[in-house]
Amino acid sequence: MRVLLVDDETEFVSTLAERLSLRGIDVDYATGVDDALAIASRKEYDLAVLDMKMPGASGLELKKQLAEKYPAMKFIFLTGHGSENDYLLGSSGSEYYLVKPINIDLLVSKMKEALARYGGSNV
Amino acid sequence: MKLLNQLKPAFLKDQHGHHGPLPQSINFRRIWKLALLLTSIVTLLPLIVITSVDYQFTQKSIASENLLRTLRIGSNAKRAVSHFLHERFAALSLVAGSYSYDYLRQPENLAAILRNLNSSFGDFIDLGLLNRRGVQTSYIGPYQLSDKDYSSEECFEEVTGQGYFVSEAFLGLRNIPHVVVSVRQSQSGGSFFVLRTALETNLFSTLLGSFELDGRGDMFLINRQGIIQTPTLYHGNVFDRVSFKVPEYSVHTEIAEAFNDAGEPILICSAYIPESPFILIIVKSKNELMKPWRTARLKLIGFLVASISIILLALLGFSTYMVNIMYRLDQRRLSILHEMEYSNKLASIGRLAAGVAHEINNPLAIINEKAGLIKDLFTYTKTYAEDSRIVGLVDSILSSVERCGTITKRLLGFARHMDSQIESVNLGKIINEVLGFLHKEAEFRAITIEQKFDPAVPRFQSDRGKLQQIFLNIINNAFAAMDVGGHLEVVLSYDRGETVTARITDNGCGMTESALTRIYEPFYSTKTKAGGTGLGLSITYGLVQELGGKIQVTSKLGEGTSFTVSLPLQPQQPREE
Repeated sequence: MRVLLVDDETEFVSTLAERLSLRGIDVDYATGVDDALAIASRKEYDLAVLDMKMPGASGLELKKQLAEKYPAMKFIFLTGHGSENDYLLGSSGSEYYLVKPINIDLLVSKMKEALARYGGSNV
Repeated sequence: MKLLNQLKPAFLKDQHGHHGPLPQSINFRRIWKLALLLTSIVTLLPLIVITSVDYQFTQKSIASENLLRTLRIGSNAKRAVSHFLHERFAALSLVAGSYSYDYLRQPENLAAILRNLNSSFGDFIDLGLLNRRGVQTSYIGPYQLSDKDYSSEECFEEVTGQGYFVSEAFLGLRNIPHVVVSVRQSQSGGSFFVLRTALETNLFSTLLGSFELDGRGDMFLINRQGIIQTPTLYHGNVFDRVSFKVPEYSVHTEIAEAFNDAGEPILICSAYIPESPFILIIVKSKNELMKPWRTARLKLIGFLVASISIILLALLGFSTYMVNIMYRLDQRRLSILHEMEYSNKLASIGRLAAGVAHEINNPLAIINEKAGLIKDLFTYTKTYAEDSRIVGLVDSILSSVERCGTITKRLLGFARHMDSQIESVNLGKIINEVLGFLHKEAEFRAITIEQKFDPAVPRFQSDRGKLQQIFLNIINNAFAAMDVGGHLEVVLSYDRGETVTARITDNGCGMTESALTRIYEPFYSTKTKAGGTGLGLSITYGLVQELGGKIQVTSKLGEGTSFTVSLPLQPQQPREE
């Protein structure tokens, strides 16, 4: 599973990337939209975990651009603006989104679930 | 008392109530007073002026009518007395002119003439013939007056001088008041004789008594010195002097006002009887004359007082009604303004909470990840995996982060639902969220919460934010009413129809019946000292109405309160009540 993490909070995204790496996930991270597009062009990713709110563009806009270029890519959104019940709303939609601060185990399980549901590879 | 209470303006009642009214932007007391004053002036002034004018006019009319009537009677009586005397003169003159001295000197002739006179006119007591020297040469009558010499008496001098004479009343030999009427008849050669007769003054009394007098009226004759000549009813005996001043001479009948001995106002009508020493007098008591006026006046004043009372009552009622409408509209306006202000405040708090929660979430996420990484490193590298103390510390950090995360998520959830939005809601879940906010307080105060949720309650279309606020307000109030160790019961039921019902029952202090009737009024609060705004239940009521629901409350002082909120499964138009 190749995962691209995108969040403007460097401290957060770098630490999360390291934790996912410890769990055997091939993960790269970007701290901005342009950075993310550049990294995505260099390597094929199964899944992108995007922050909903970033300077310059929202997670949804970035998702749109990435989805156009890489139709097979799956997405999970992170937000600092959600409430408890948003887990459920996220689960019932076409994409997942999790509320910060996140539970790493929940994130990993949602990643797997997303790839399994929409047909990912190397889960 | 009920009527008086209804006439009392609402703003005055509110001032004396348990709760203060909303701060008034308009001085209703002033408007009420001004309306009452102006309408009273406009309506009462003409009434008072007209009544006052009518009062004066009627009083003057009655007084004037009394004067005129008295004058008329006086004038008629004067003519009657004058005519009476004139008749007697004429009769005597006719006899004197028709017969010679010698003929009249014969007693049988004189007696026949007296009989004729009495049969034609009546009232002649006697008849006497005086020669030019004043000696009564012949006499027919009840006394022995033949050969009586009158030459030195005033009456003889007067009659020889002016040809006729009417004496004042005197007692004479008969000791009965009477007057003497004499005429002089000239004869050829410069000689003359005098024919005289006596008339009883009772004749005048009978004549005057035929006039009807009102106002305790008294009609009699006096002479020019004020000596009473005929009997009176109230003003003394014959030959007494009258108590008032003798009226000045006038050819006309006159009337004047004076006071009697008792100081009471009287009317004196006077008429000098021509060719006689008599003055006709009519005396009337003004108080008696004005009696009908006093009765009319009493009725007039009664009518005025009754009219003023009715008008004032009507004006008071009208002013109070109008100002009450204005006052209630103003209160409603202020209430809406306050409600809006309160909603805006809540929305601001919501936005602030959302901002704070979001800003805290990011550093929390970093702490979460850093602590997570530490734990991962310990776990994956095995270096400190066995050191339960360090792993425990990291777990403690992670658990605290999770707790903070829960709080910020709730804040965000609360803030999001400030906006009005109809969506599919799970009422049980919403009530649980509200109870979640108060969970710590319940623990701290040992309040037990019993939830009886009917699993059949369906999801339904409603406004999540409004429902949250409704139940937060009701449950907050229940908490405020309960002491330590209280019990709160929340029952959620579904009637399998169109309504979902939530009942929240506490065993707190309860409410009085009077408080119960006012709990939905804005700014009515029993917790003013504890910081209650008095808006909670007012807003709650408004919100339930907006959702098309119903709210009911039952309460017993000292036992507790129960709120029942019934909500429709489909959003409805707000109830108009």
